[in-house]
Amino acid sequence: MALLETVEHAVKGPIWDCRMCGQCVLHSTGMTCPMTCPKTLRNGPCGGVREDGNCEVVPTMRCVWLKAYDRKERLPLLPSWRRHFDDLRPPVDNRLKGTSSWRNLVTGRDRETPDGWPDAAPHVAEV
Amino acid sequence: MSILEERLTAGTFVVTAELPAVDGGGLDAVRRHVDPLRPWVDAVNATDNTAAHAHASNVAVAIALLRLEVEPILQVVCRDKNRLALQADIMGGALHGVENVCCLTGDDVTAGDEPETRRVFDLDSPQLVQVATGLGQGRYVSGRTIEAPPHLFVGAVENPFTHPLPGRVDRAWKKARAGARFLQLQIGYHPERLGAFMVEATRSGLAARTAILPTICLLPGARGLRFMDERVPGISVPAGTIERVETSSDPREAAYDLALQQARHALDLPGVAGLHLVTFRRDDAVARLLTDLSIPPHAERLPPNAHSPALVHP
Ligand code: SF4
Repeated sequence: MALLETVEHAVKGPIWDCRMCGQCVLHSTGMTCPMTCPKTLRNGPCGGVREDGNCEVVPTMRCVWLKAYDRKERLPLLPSWRRHFDDLRPPVDNRLKGTSSWRNLVTGRDRETPDGWPDAAPHVAEV
Repeated sequence: MSILEERLTAGTFVVTAELPAVDGGGLDAVRRHVDPLRPWVDAVNATDNTAAHAHASNVAVAIALLRLEVEPILQVVCRDKNRLALQADIMGGALHGVENVCCLTGDDVTAGDEPETRRVFDLDSPQLVQVATGLGQGRYVSGRTIEAPPHLFVGAVENPFTHPLPGRVDRAWKKARAGARFLQLQIGYHPERLGAFMVEATRSGLAARTAILPTICLLPGARGLRFMDERVPGISVPAGTIERVETSSDPREAAYDLALQQARHALDLPGVAGLHLVTFRRDDAVARLLTDLSIPPHAERLPPNAHSPALVHP
């Protein structure tokens, strides 16, 4: 089983700086890994983005979420992926850290949320 | 229902203020800050380790405000606590009657005086809004039922002044969909960005669904502006603005004028449901500012206000 994790990390590590959270959301975040945000924010940028567009925490790095916004506009993403950009992504399940998101996707494990979390509400495009 | 919720729902113009961080001095220290605000503000924020500095806790200060008969807004930030502790704080405050909850991501630990601290961010702010909303509906994240759940009025913060500028209204919408009924905006010195945000918030229906309160900051002088520009995450101050205050013959007065201008500008924008004030210990300036803006003490304010419609239930 560890083989899958090794392969996934070998592929996603160099391209997306994958942190192996085990619940990949790259498709809905403009192919930008939110776990590389120093605050690990999964629902958009914090209010601390610098005037030059760099990160509050790491001043030499462009804000991860700014990259995500740019890429969402630029990359040839599936329309459904683009639509999911503004979805409320649930809190990270910390038990999945280090496991393969590929397997979790196939088994549906990455979409399991605690009972008190509302079911993935269909995204209402009010805006 | 909290006073804040009642007034915003009725369309009454509200004024909220941030309590300066409390350390020593006991309840008297809190009283000293709130007494000058009392006639003017509808509710006061009990902050949660602002700027990543340790202070008396948000819940303790919110309870102190209740004891002083001032309505608290419990600020809750994601930086220092995991989801169990955040839920416990909201429920703990609610046990004493704290209904207003304002959810923030929080400045990073590197902005504070103990930058070696472990940062938590187990939840982000839209998730925290959703969690707080769930508590008010009678369930913890786990799904465990809360018998006789507290009535909560949940809000959040958004920063219309920083990048990605077009994404800020989307993010505010995300918080509104998660249950935020009010938004206190970040301090900012680019009036045109606030204008664009409010126009879009109004056009998209956001301002009718969640009450938006721009923040006005009363600084003692140019040093404060420079500090904000250089040290406070997400705040940039145009050089010309700092210079204008700095080179004035009376910088203290010039800083006051800047705040007054900002407030006038905000009040002219569509969808503004009230103002949030950050006083940096110029508590006495609140009475002057609101008088200059012709905003009466809260007891004399009547619905509906000229600026924003009554808040629509989601
Ligand atoms: S500035 Fe961007 S990358 Fe940095 S902590 Fe905030 S959201 Fe994350």
